[in-house]
Amino acid sequence: MSSENKAQIAVDKFLEFTDGEVASFFEACVHCGECAEACHFYMATEDPKYTPTYKLLPMVKAYKREKAPLRSIRKMFGLLPPAVTEDELREWETLVYDSCTMCGRCTLVCPMGIDIAGTIRKMREGYAAADIVPDGLKRSVDFVKKTGSPMGVTPKALLAQIAHQEKETGIKIEVDKQGADYMAILSSMEIMGFPEIIGAYAKIFKKAGVSWTISTKAYEATNVGVQIGSGPLAKEIVTRVVDAAEELGVKYVISPECGHAYGAIRWAGPNMVGRPFKFEVVHIIELLDQLRRDGRIPAGAKDGRKMTLHDPCQIIRRGGLLKEPRSLLDDSCSDFVEMENAGLGNLCCGGGGGVSANPRAADLQNAAFGCKADQLNAIDGLEAVVVPCANCRTVFEEGLEERDMDHLEVLGLGELVAETLKDIEQAEG
Amino acid sequence: MTFLQIVEGPLFYFAAAVFVLAAAWRVFGLIRMGRKRDISPPKGSAAAGFVKGNLRHFIPRGMFARRTWIHIIGGYSFHIGLFVLFFFGAFHIDFIKQYLGISWTPLPRWGFILVSEIAFAGLIVLWVRRISDPVMRLISDWDDHIGTWLTFLVMLTGCLALQQSHDVLRGIHMLFVDIWLIYFPFSRLMHAFTFFLSRGHTGATYGRKGMNP
Repeated sequence: MSSENKAQIAVDKFLEFTDGEVASFFEACVHCGECAEACHFYMATEDPKYTPTYKLLPMVKAYKREKAPLRSIRKMFGLLPPAVTEDELREWETLVYDSCTMCGRCTLVCPMGIDIAGTIRKMREGYAAADIVPDGLKRSVDFVKKTGSPMGVTPKALLAQIAHQEKETGIKIEVDKQGADYMAILSSMEIMGFPEIIGAYAKIFKKAGVSWTISTKAYEATNVGVQIGSGPLAKEIVTRVVDAAEELGVKYVISPECGHAYGAIRWAGPNMVGRPFKFEVVHIIELLDQLRRDGRIPAGAKDGRKMTLHDPCQIIRRGGLLKEPRSLLDDSCSDFVEMENAGLGNLCCGGGGGVSANPRAADLQNAAFGCKADQLNAIDGLEAVVVPCANCRTVFEEGLEERDMDHLEVLGLGELVAETLKDIEQAEG
Repeated sequence: MTFLQIVEGPLFYFAAAVFVLAAAWRVFGLIRMGRKRDISPPKGSAAAGFVKGNLRHFIPRGMFARRTWIHIIGGYSFHIGLFVLFFFGAFHIDFIKQYLGISWTPLPRWGFILVSEIAFAGLIVLWVRRISDPVMRLISDWDDHIGTWLTFLVMLTGCLALQQSHDVLRGIHMLFVDIWLIYFPFSRLMHAFTFFLSRGHTGATYGRKGMNP
């Protein structure tokens, strides 16, 4: 691919993804700079180049040059921006991949309501098509192509983890069960780093009488296609889940405690596949909350530690599940405190949107996590933080260790719910 | 034909025509680009989200106020001030009546002067921030500065013409109004019309998810 070709390929994709929505964003931006004040990368570094709207510049230039209304009149006066070059795209690569977690906090502060995060996601389509992407994400893509998982988790490794959790809990976990009501998918990070979540599902669903299964054909929820910006790959990953779920005849697919996985399958999924699914997608937090409200998983003794909740951006701010985790925490924890700006306005961990899979961005990610650490430090006597996203959880564990804050326990919401179920309390009592 | 007659006559008609046609063309062009139908099962209404998104972003969120108070004060002072000056200045109402035959109660003279000062202060705050803040210096381009200066000159010449003592002062004000009208649809000043699309699209997306960010 020649240099000119790469730039043209990227520009063609930029234009393909510039629909009326994105164009209205480009036309409405007044360069007020407010978005910088909401971005954890700018807040941590005070470097103006991390201003969210600035990250979009190559795509904005392509739009103004090739697609904007009235561009022919501007052209007559020599007012069109110059063509986007490969050098420019490469210069912007770190802004597009390393310094944006697509957390969407900038939309909250934007007087024009511009969805910069969603536009960065579309801009990455151009970068991925031109193959101007970070090596770390390329490696994840290679793993997905070989094994279906960005961390190379094979069905054999999954079955080993399931067997281990069966032993731990004494509960049989059905695999590839035809006609189950629910099919759970998991992130690689959960399977390899936090496998206890599988045991937690087993305990909770047994208590609730939920018929569920895990497919050995489609167990991976992580959608690296969404992170890198490759529509075809994202579609392939979603299709794998859809095919397996429809083959098993399940009524629901459970999206795990993983941020972007939820958006990828719940909101973007049917649009990628091009048809509605024959099943519903439900987030695990949504399901737990529903089961709790239905009285199927009554809460027992609460965890007495002082806890707070991290709001994973793609689940809360961009996913819409604001109340459910809080409702579950109220039942599971006797000393729950919100951090500053909790809920919609909570800060990102710094590692979402593929940033944590990109070793080049490690220092920047760690700096951005400093804003999160400040939020935690502002709560006196905090003992644990509930992080309902496996990727955020890893970022938390690394970031807290880096700052000698590893006295804080980081735990998943599903595990906490499982540990505080009424039956468990009675068994222990 | 005098200078005043030209800038209030043929030049004004030309500028107004450019303004209306080009602005409409630009907004229609954005709407015509369309948006792919979202087939994910909704949790809420996209149409309600469109409206809510528009209303919600009129009000700044308190959580950012500590970092953005200068912009909030400058932005609100200028925009509200300009709106009031334009729609409630006695001379503007007379001018509109002359062309459209409708009128309403104007601001008293002291009110006009007070609002002018607020609007000027707001615009100056925004411009000083644009040339002094490192973020603003990086992201600003010639269009931002020209739009600011043209608006400033329209307001300044408007105040100079307030006494109506010299036709030439009124003529200079109208000349800048004509230039501003012609420049407007090709510039970022168009945010006055495109904001509702931008807020609306985001509001609709989130409205389907049952929320309103």
